[in-house]
Amino acid sequence: MRKISYAQAGTDALIEEMQRDATTFHLATSAPDELVNEFGTDRVRATPIAEGAFTGIAIGAAGSGYRPIVNWGMITFSFVAMDQIVNQAAKIHYMFGGQAKFPITFRASVGGGRRVAAQHSQSPYSMFMNLAGLKMVLPSTPYDMKGLLKSAIRDDNPVISFESNRLMGVEGEVQEEDYTVPLGVADTKREGSDVTLVALAWLVHEGLAAAEMLEKEGVSVEVIDPRTLVPMDEAAIRASVQKTGRLVIADEAGPTAGASAEIATVVTEDRETFAKLKAPPKRVCALHVPIPYSPGLEDHVFPDRDNIVAGIREVLDT
Amino acid sequence: MTLTTEKQPRFHRDSKPLEMLRSMQTIRRFEERASDDYQAGAIYGVVHCYIGEEAVAVGVCAALNKDDQIISTHRGHGHCLAKGADLNRMMAELYGRQTGYCKGKGGSMHIADFSIGMLGANGIVAGGIPIVTGAGLAAQLEGKGRVAVSFFGDGASNAGPFHESINIAATWKLPMLYVCENNLYSAGTTAAETLALSDVAARAAGYGIPGVVVDGNDVMAVYEAAEAAVNRARAGQGPTLIECKTYRWRGHTERPGQADPRPQEEIEAWRQRDPINRFVTNLMNQELLTEEAWQEMDAEILAAIEDAVKFAEESPFPEPGAAVEDIFAES
Repeated sequence: MRKISYAQAGTDALIEEMQRDATTFHLATSAPDELVNEFGTDRVRATPIAEGAFTGIAIGAAGSGYRPIVNWGMITFSFVAMDQIVNQAAKIHYMFGGQAKFPITFRASVGGGRRVAAQHSQSPYSMFMNLAGLKMVLPSTPYDMKGLLKSAIRDDNPVISFESNRLMGVEGEVQEEDYTVPLGVADTKREGSDVTLVALAWLVHEGLAAAEMLEKEGVSVEVIDPRTLVPMDEAAIRASVQKTGRLVIADEAGPTAGASAEIATVVTEDRETFAKLKAPPKRVCALHVPIPYSPGLEDHVFPDRDNIVAGIREVLDT
Repeated sequence: MTLTTEKQPRFHRDSKPLEMLRSMQTIRRFEERASDDYQAGAIYGVVHCYIGEEAVAVGVCAALNKDDQIISTHRGHGHCLAKGADLNRMMAELYGRQTGYCKGKGGSMHIADFSIGMLGANGIVAGGIPIVTGAGLAAQLEGKGRVAVSFFGDGASNAGPFHESINIAATWKLPMLYVCENNLYSAGTTAAETLALSDVAARAAGYGIPGVVVDGNDVMAVYEAAEAAVNRARAGQGPTLIECKTYRWRGHTERPGQADPRPQEEIEAWRQRDPINRFVTNLMNQELLTEEAWQEMDAEILAAIEDAVKFAEESPFPEPGAAVEDIFAES
């Protein structure tokens, strides 16, 4: 085991997978030195700032036997490529009757907290979850980042890796040997018995801090990290809620039609799990606004450990 | 530029011009039948006909190998057939059957056959241009001399993906042909209303690549331009933009009662430049084709299309439950 950052874990995953498979190559508006030094500029290309074109180029290369890795930078820039993502990447395998595979990994940072205002502080994964045909992951630790990215690269479908910009410098233990974290498998980040907290990305860490705070009061919080948004590990979420009878969902995105709404539905639509609920589910999300710039405004918009504690108290009091 | 000068076929007693003629006539007969069956309700949704533009797809694809790749547009039947797609599976797809190219999931606007390098028709104007540019990148990485061809219309040449993709292909010297089928209309809007230049090919200068204007109703002229561009691409010299001046004889779609703003005299004038008639006359003048052989070829094509319709009609519809299959590839 060695201790590396969340960002480094992503780079390490790319280096190992590009060593492992000669059909992989990397597209982004700048070519990372660590990759260029090892793989050269044929396989590590700096593109013009033309996300629509290089997203489509990845689709065409994938359909021609390659396994491209695309870094959009911030998720914000992916919106420039929306036709290629929505109309092409998500549908191309299905629309052509499954005759070709399109193994593509798209990486993008999400989240706020960097005082960069509305266009650069977004977590719009639910927009993509609403499409059929894209898989997506949202790692919260260096270990998960590396393992999920490796799975994404090896998967034969388009996979979006949403990566929290608040976590880039966070360090964690990562084993040296090759490993993957399978898509569609949630991780119990902390076991508990009184309430299930399903938390995403940065809010996994805030949720663990909230759980520590509540433990002092004798409240036992189970923290579930879905890790993969599509396919979602519905069984793990339901099993935890069936055990605790209470559900709080913490997401840095806004609540409306969000991943948090989907997670709540996974629980409430299931008769067996619904029957075990002792309180209505509670969502702890960002306010439904474009993210503002001024620190006091931005901090007011995003939830943190205190909001999670308050949300948990609410379902415990019901 | 004149639109009337015929390129003389360079092949003598070679079968290739006759194969090209067969391909052009197959496209025309296929679409005549598709339109009839669409009007009769056997084909659903929307059908866009390529009739009048056959020389472009056939002229370009005649310069390609089987493992070269192309991408098409919403008006895609011609490109599919010119690249060698199977009539039966195409007709079955239009009929929405299990035996169709896409198992009935695509229809007219989404026919693909990756096994012959046909990366699909595409319902989004300019949407295919980046994708096939990625096929060009794959060809370059592979280094075996394959090329990739983007077919698109004058309308797509006004959209961002055209400019972004050509810029990248030019910069990276990708083995690409960008073939603009300028039929003078973006659906019902004239090119003059949406484009300040008279030639789309002039835009090539902005990307530092050759731009060629060609009579798109002269299949040999298209072939020669494509062959030169293919040779250039295979030699590692990068992409070429080829603009083929042509015209679609029918409305934007086959939907009945659709407004068609185009003057009747204009349609008639272009019908006089029928790419198939011109090629037939040319081949006969060269004594490469007789009237009997031409009639025989047409009869064979009509019989093959009849067989394709029969194949489609006799094929089952997909099971409704198949709607949830093929969302993801199984690793």
